[in-house]
Amino acid sequence: MTPPIHQAALERSIAPGTLRAAAAVPEPSARKRARRRLTPARIGIYAFLLMAAAFFLLPLYVMIVTSFKPMDEIRQGGILALPVRFTLEPWRQAWSGVCTGAACEGIRGGFWNSVRITVPSTLLTIALGAVNGYALSFWRPRGAGILFAILLAGAFVPVQVMIYPLVRVMALAGIFGSLPAIVLVHIVFGMPVMTLLFRNYYCNLPHELFQAARIDGGGFWRIFLQVMLPMSLPVIVVAAIMQVTGVWNDYILGLVFAGRDNLPMTVELNNVINTTTGTRQYNVNMAATILTALLPLALYFFSGRWFVRGIAAGAVKG
Amino acid sequence: MAHASRTLARIAPHAALLPMALTAIVCYLGAALWTLRISLTGSRTFPSGRYIGLAQYGRLFDNERWMLSLHNLALYGVLFIAACLVIGFLLAVFIDQRVRGEGLLRTVFLYPYAMSFVATGLVWQWLLTPGDGIDGAVRALGFPGVEFDWIVRQDMVIYTVVIATVWQAAGLVMALMLAGLRGIDPDIWKAARLDGIPPWRVYTRIVLPMLWPTVATVLLLLSTAVVKLYDAVAAMTQGGPGTASEVPTKFIMDHLFLRSNVGLASAGAVVLLLPVLALLAPYAYARSRKETA
Repeated sequence: MTPPIHQAALERSIAPGTLRAAAAVPEPSARKRARRRLTPARIGIYAFLLMAAAFFLLPLYVMIVTSFKPMDEIRQGGILALPVRFTLEPWRQAWSGVCTGAACEGIRGGFWNSVRITVPSTLLTIALGAVNGYALSFWRPRGAGILFAILLAGAFVPVQVMIYPLVRVMALAGIFGSLPAIVLVHIVFGMPVMTLLFRNYYCNLPHELFQAARIDGGGFWRIFLQVMLPMSLPVIVVAAIMQVTGVWNDYILGLVFAGRDNLPMTVELNNVINTTTGTRQYNVNMAATILTALLPLALYFFSGRWFVRGIAAGAVKG
Repeated sequence: MAHASRTLARIAPHAALLPMALTAIVCYLGAALWTLRISLTGSRTFPSGRYIGLAQYGRLFDNERWMLSLHNLALYGVLFIAACLVIGFLLAVFIDQRVRGEGLLRTVFLYPYAMSFVATGLVWQWLLTPGDGIDGAVRALGFPGVEFDWIVRQDMVIYTVVIATVWQAAGLVMALMLAGLRGIDPDIWKAARLDGIPPWRVYTRIVLPMLWPTVATVLLLLSTAVVKLYDAVAAMTQGGPGTASEVPTKFIMDHLFLRSNVGLASAGAVVLLLPVLALLAPYAYARSRKETA
């Protein structure tokens, strides 16, 4: 189930800032020369890439421009036009005024709910994933392989297959619709990717390291805490980026399990836009959408290489 | 005392894997089996023990809304996967031509992947709103005949979901394909040049077949994303207009939590499980063969 793509190759090729020249792949000199001349073929290549870039940037551009326009300017048409009367009012509205159902206090409540959900869901899932990966790669207790296979298969199954029994169990336990419930569910559904990430990382460490620690008399937890964990910083960063993004962007689990008082930002955003009646305030909607997407986007733009590394190892998430 | 601590040390790996065991056996396997059990009963609002055999499955496949959702999923799946593969591969090949600003282009193509399906769906809902959206802007530019109202048309709405989700996922395919391209032996290019083979033929006849492992991974990822499709539809069209963009996951959610028909919803969930198992089977088979070899 391990993605057959060599991680280093992926990083080398798509990490922002890493130049191809630094890669170990030697370049045929003829292709290098072609770069200087601007043949019709080269112009075609650039035209295609620029058009594609325009397509990919269009929604971001429209979101930003719309969020700074007053409504009458939007109604006059010109979704692509820059704002004439620049205004921050939609942002203020989106953050602290817009109706998210019964209350009209903006999506800041959803923001803080998402923070409250994301922090424990990330820390706990990473801790469990690290222990799982460590046990799976060095101790290999009997039956663990089958458990891991079930866990990985579960990552491909739509949550609808498991959701109702989980709701019933949580209702029986009396925690349905609470912060612990949503955190628990995020741990359950985040575990496959986190475990895979750490297992792959530990499998690539030299096994002699583990054997030496064993000979020195280290036990399960001591080797983990004193030998493995200090060497795990890179994979922990990748895991954190992936899990924060995944939990923050989740919609369906938050909708079902979080309960009315803990709805995450994505759910509140959807309520703002799809369940409010009356004229649609596109500028407020777009400001709210940007606010919701801001954290994962910022993570992506500032952590480029690490984000991409996570895709390689955790692409299973789908 | 020493004996006890030795026992403790021996069971430590097992104890450490307890949360994983609970997750895999109780939350995944157990929950899926429970869903299977419910699908064989006449459960409405709450699970009941009244077995009715496969009657729910009969009802399910007589249900027009369910059949429509399956049809939508098939249509969506084929178009989404094809478009992602073609666009992702083309972007990767063109970026691989030693272009300037490669890092910037990669960033631009991949950033939508960081956005949630909800945000993606809502942005595209606004872009495609007839009149106020892009078509209005194009009309204002001096093309009065342009009209793009797919999102409010029952026969076209599913294609707008394809557009939005391809925008979100094509960059990921590009990233994985580019990594595959960069892993290919450069001597192949030298040999092809010596033989005078045009580059496009090298790409389609030699490079693409060599990229098969990458393509397989991408296919697995995209097809699971297809089966799981829910958020984007919920945000962008809410399954509408009418039920025109209904998908199975949404059918299941509606019948579980709004329409109090848990038995029927569970039958739908079990049906949805089948394509996933069919997708995973070849991988499990390949893996077990590799291990025995």
